[in-house]
Amino acid sequence: MQNQFRIRWAIAAVIAMAILPAFFSGCGGPAVKTGALSGDEASRVYVKPGEYDEFYAFISGGFSGQLSVYGIPSGRLLKVIPVFSLDAEKGYGFNEETKPLLNTSHGFIPWDDSHHPELSQTDGETDGRWCFINGNNTPRIARIDLSTFETTEIIEIPNSGGNHSSPFTTENTEYVVAGTRFGVPYPQKDVEIASYAENFKGMLSFISVDKESGRMDVAFQVLLPAFNYDLAHSGKGKSHGWTFFTSYNTELKNTLLEVNASQNDKDFVAAINWKKAEEYIKQGKFKEIPANYAHNVYDEASHVATTTMKKTVKVLIPEECPGLVYFLPTPKSPHGVDVDPTGEYIVGSGKLSADLTVHSFTKVLAAIEKKSFETTIAGVPVLKYDEITAGVVQKPGLGPLHTEFDGKGNAYTTFFISSEVVKWKVGTWEVVDRAPCYYSVGHLMIPGGDSKKPDGKYLVAMNKITKDRYLPTGPELTQSAQLYDISGDKMKLLLDFPTIGEPHYAQGIAATKIVPRSKKIYPLEENKHPYRAMGEKDAKVVREGNVVRVYMTMIRSHFAPDNIQGIKVGDKVYFHVTNLEQDWDTPHGFSVLGAQNAELLIMPGQTETLLWEPKSVGVFPFYCTDFCSALHQEMQGYIRVSAAGANVPLKWSLGEDIVQ
Amino acid sequence: MRQLPRWTMLVAALSLGALFVWPMWKIVLYAPQYPTGVEMHIWINKIGGNEPGVLQNINILNHYVGMKFIEPDSIPELKYFQYIIMAMMALGVWVALLNRRPLFLGWAVLMTLLAIAGLYDFYLWEYDYGHNLSPDAPIKIPGASFQPPLIGYKQILNFDAVSLPHIAGYFAGAGIALAYLAWWLHKKFSK
Repeated sequence: MQNQFRIRWAIAAVIAMAILPAFFSGCGGPAVKTGALSGDEASRVYVKPGEYDEFYAFISGGFSGQLSVYGIPSGRLLKVIPVFSLDAEKGYGFNEETKPLLNTSHGFIPWDDSHHPELSQTDGETDGRWCFINGNNTPRIARIDLSTFETTEIIEIPNSGGNHSSPFTTENTEYVVAGTRFGVPYPQKDVEIASYAENFKGMLSFISVDKESGRMDVAFQVLLPAFNYDLAHSGKGKSHGWTFFTSYNTELKNTLLEVNASQNDKDFVAAINWKKAEEYIKQGKFKEIPANYAHNVYDEASHVATTTMKKTVKVLIPEECPGLVYFLPTPKSPHGVDVDPTGEYIVGSGKLSADLTVHSFTKVLAAIEKKSFETTIAGVPVLKYDEITAGVVQKPGLGPLHTEFDGKGNAYTTFFISSEVVKWKVGTWEVVDRAPCYYSVGHLMIPGGDSKKPDGKYLVAMNKITKDRYLPTGPELTQSAQLYDISGDKMKLLLDFPTIGEPHYAQGIAATKIVPRSKKIYPLEENKHPYRAMGEKDAKVVREGNVVRVYMTMIRSHFAPDNIQGIKVGDKVYFHVTNLEQDWDTPHGFSVLGAQNAELLIMPGQTETLLWEPKSVGVFPFYCTDFCSALHQEMQGYIRVSAAGANVPLKWSLGEDIVQ
Repeated sequence: MRQLPRWTMLVAALSLGALFVWPMWKIVLYAPQYPTGVEMHIWINKIGGNEPGVLQNINILNHYVGMKFIEPDSIPELKYFQYIIMAMMALGVWVALLNRRPLFLGWAVLMTLLAIAGLYDFYLWEYDYGHNLSPDAPIKIPGASFQPPLIGYKQILNFDAVSLPHIAGYFAGAGIALAYLAWWLHKKFSK
């Protein structure tokens, strides 16, 4: 009875939350709905044709599974990098070379939900080498090489479900982290779901990143109670060596979480001392636990990805490792946890709280020193809220989610329910400005805004809902990003632009850090693909049983060979196609009638492979799909397929020269 | 000061060494799609470009209008001309050692004739590439030739072609001028 009443009460509260913003906006909260532009906004975002944007923005593709690249301030879409989802346009996940990137312990997974891009850092500053992004659904982290803007590595995270608090980096990219949003049985097993509190655990993972190659490895995991670990950020400066994870569902419930996980007055920020963890690993105080997870690496020289299945993982248990983890009580299901550029302040955005709590790292260390603990949960000391709090931003808005910094002493927090960005002063905790978002903002991004050196010129807010903001496109509408000028005292809305999928987090970086490193071609002489053809003299067709390998080249404006015969129904034909071009921006495409996968889109100097399994006899055309030259339309050929038992000899040619 | 002509002559002879360090000539093709230009470099003994792949890129462009592929292996001058230059350097050093005024002039005139012959040869190759077109060319433009300028600027279809000496070319030119200067100085200081 009492439970029922409580649920009803909670539902009423949720409804109130939804209605409240209307009142809130009525009493001087967010400004007028239209956010009318005044003055020279257009010229502030106008980048002349042929000129470059000042910043790159890497915006997550959300449920598209990809990563989008925009220019800021123009909001022009530059590229969609395929990461966790198939991309027929680029042949990603369809060609033989990239298929292994999508392998997991659950087999080949063609989709994921990508949330948080994170740029690599050196000394707490973005360095433009790599961008990491998490796969939420089947827990993974990907690494994108920013000299090629291609996904070059994906590692699966074991003992995890919903890889949401990921892949936030440490100050020198020693690690990117992965925290499980869902508690899952540990080890995974067939148990009653209702045995959650007893059988489920929450694992926080530290993925090491090699300084030179960027190669990732699950260095260790920390076994914690099955709270839902929501977001993370690592310390910097004075708090370097620590990583902070927010949690909700400290109630340890497994059903109707919107109510049941919203009961506790305070949940926790889990503070992990990863330098301490490294000591414990060195001392051998870990358990080597059986696991099964995929590690997929794309080799730039061979242009081929390979999968290695890993079989164990190192686990640290807080009871056995004192000083490794502390819980920082933080009001009402904190979502984002953001560390200011000095590393002193840790902002926990209690998303159901009316206030915004800021912890002091100095106070956290002092409380640990004094051993001033409220209690201990599963071997983890819980610090006292009053002893660690630096300040509270009073009634800033409703539904605080994420905070970034401008490096000038200001913080900017998004409020989902009241749909606004609120600017406040670090240290005095006073609200100094607010700007409306259209509508229901999630994350925000200031280039370098979560690093030691923010570039406090622009702010990008990413919205979940657009309703009436653009021309309607039926029931499914775009999501959006909004660009604000934050160089002055007041935030100024400059531009809003549609995004792909759902934009969650984003990262921004000065273009000057990336442009000089951007590759134009892959040098052909460095091509180590096992089925490469380094010139037309290498073009050939080889039969191995029912497998036929076509070593094909492409150059403006023909394939070699372009006439092939002797193929039989039932053959598996591998087109290994090498683009011999060495000029900037001269990709060629390859497609063949009846291919059940996709096209190939091959960059200069690269080799890619399309598998084609002809089902019937006939002569089938293939052609170049990327308009490459004045004679692009002539870049075509034929492959003849004979009956299974036919004795048409294998032959291939180009022009009048029979290659065989 | 009496040694100045001899030293000038020595520098003149050695400046030809630049031909083995830098390209002597460049032909740059500009078009909207090639904002930074396709820059072909002609060395004393090879053909290259300001970045890898330039020769292939030029050959790809040329084949549309039926021009022959530029294949360095089929250009004999690239093989033997370097030996002439080496011989001229040796001769120049020897002339400087002898320090005889008529020999200075002789070397300078010989180099001048060689340079003219080299440029004429370059022109003949350009003429051959620009006029000797394949009858199977995908793009045929009646009456058109695609010969690049010997020196200076010329528009060739959609390309602006610029042909100019490169670093070693200037060194070689300066070397010839220095030889004449040595000859003149010799007269001045022997008075």
